[in-house]
Amino acid sequence: MDWHYIIEVLPFYKTALWLTIKLAAIGIFFATMVGFICSTIQYFKVKILSKIVQVYLEIARNTPLLIQLFFLYFGLPKVGVMLSGEMCAIIGLTFLGGSYMAETFRAGMEAVSKSQVESGKALGLSSFQLVRYVIFPQAFSYSVPAYGANCIFLIKETSVFSGIAILELTNTTKNLMGIYYKTNEALFMLVVGYLMILLPFSLFLMWLERRVRYAEFGR
Amino acid sequence: MLNSGVNVLFEGINFLRLLEGLFHTLRIALIAIVISIVMGIIIGMIRTTKNKVVQFPFKLYLELFRIIPILVWLFVIYYIIPVNFNVELSADVVALIVFSLWGTAELSDIVRGAIISLPKHQVESSLALGLSKFQMYRYVLLPQAAKRSIPPMINLITRMIKTTALLTMIGVVEVIKVGQQIIQFYNSEYPTVAFWIYGIIFFFYFCICFPLSWISRKLEQKWAT
Repeated sequence: MDWHYIIEVLPFYKTALWLTIKLAAIGIFFATMVGFICSTIQYFKVKILSKIVQVYLEIARNTPLLIQLFFLYFGLPKVGVMLSGEMCAIIGLTFLGGSYMAETFRAGMEAVSKSQVESGKALGLSSFQLVRYVIFPQAFSYSVPAYGANCIFLIKETSVFSGIAILELTNTTKNLMGIYYKTNEALFMLVVGYLMILLPFSLFLMWLERRVRYAEFGR
Repeated sequence: MLNSGVNVLFEGINFLRLLEGLFHTLRIALIAIVISIVMGIIIGMIRTTKNKVVQFPFKLYLELFRIIPILVWLFVIYYIIPVNFNVELSADVVALIVFSLWGTAELSDIVRGAIISLPKHQVESSLALGLSKFQMYRYVLLPQAAKRSIPPMINLITRMIKTTALLTMIGVVEVIKVGQQIIQFYNSEYPTVAFWIYGIIFFFYFCICFPLSWISRKLEQKWAT
């Protein structure tokens, strides 16, 4: 290990780490939104829309992210849709993540027992109130573990962005290896970079899972 | 103009070459899947032990594959081993190693989860019947665990097939690489070729993965306990 070299390239990794975190955070945010909307549509079986959502989910879940990104980044400009690399990355992550999130939230909503929904109706809650006060709070707590797993999955998927020339951790490593041939050091930094993001995050999720168990009533 | 790009697919042997690339990836995935299933079941059974010393290394192994992206694993094995140990590894072999290790890790967890979730009285009854440990696994635990682990196993297989797209990054000549070669060749002639080639690869992956995830979902519903 050449520690001098590692200190020298540290700034590159710092930038790359921030970019990875930034793209992952924006992607997860939009994916959560998309997932939330899609799962609500599916839960209430809104006409037509739920069919469209179904098609979207199947397409997003059954194709690799790399190919989705290649299609966005290399394919679309040829038919006149220009997107920057980062835009493609965010759209790709949202597209893929949204489908996983939708599945998770829907499972959470369906886990809320029927008697809860019926009691809510018997109490005379409007459907908005039913959703706001009965279904979502419980569904939220059911979804947390799977939501966390999805977030980790999406953070890991950012490594695929290296395929469309975004200078995140993986691509930075590849470039540095190409310039200096310091393979061991560069890969060491790459692994450390991901561990720095993912270890604290997964520990936080474990803590959060314990905290939100409050709603698992009657299980 | 849109039409000119799509023609490339039917020109010469382009379509065949794409399919060939696809089969190349699928072959790697398939071998890795078979290895993973065999090893995963064995390790999964070992991991049902209550011995903490045995559990720990397997747990660590699983978590390492869960936390570090597969692409990083591919890079690590692809670059570290030849440089430090003087062993020449082709990209295909690296792919096979990483995919097998990853699949084994994930599958062992699926198998372990399925065995552990079986009701305790199954073990107790078989012990009371005087079955040996081997007989207990062979006739009581594994057949029941199989039912619970097949749907998540098919999901894992779908994920592995999807992840083969990453192999293009370490230089395996699979479907995307072939696509890129075709695009390079025709790019000046037909500017829209990239759109069609990537579109068709998108469609290929969907055609393979969609039936698998559909079967998995159906089985899950059918075998729901």
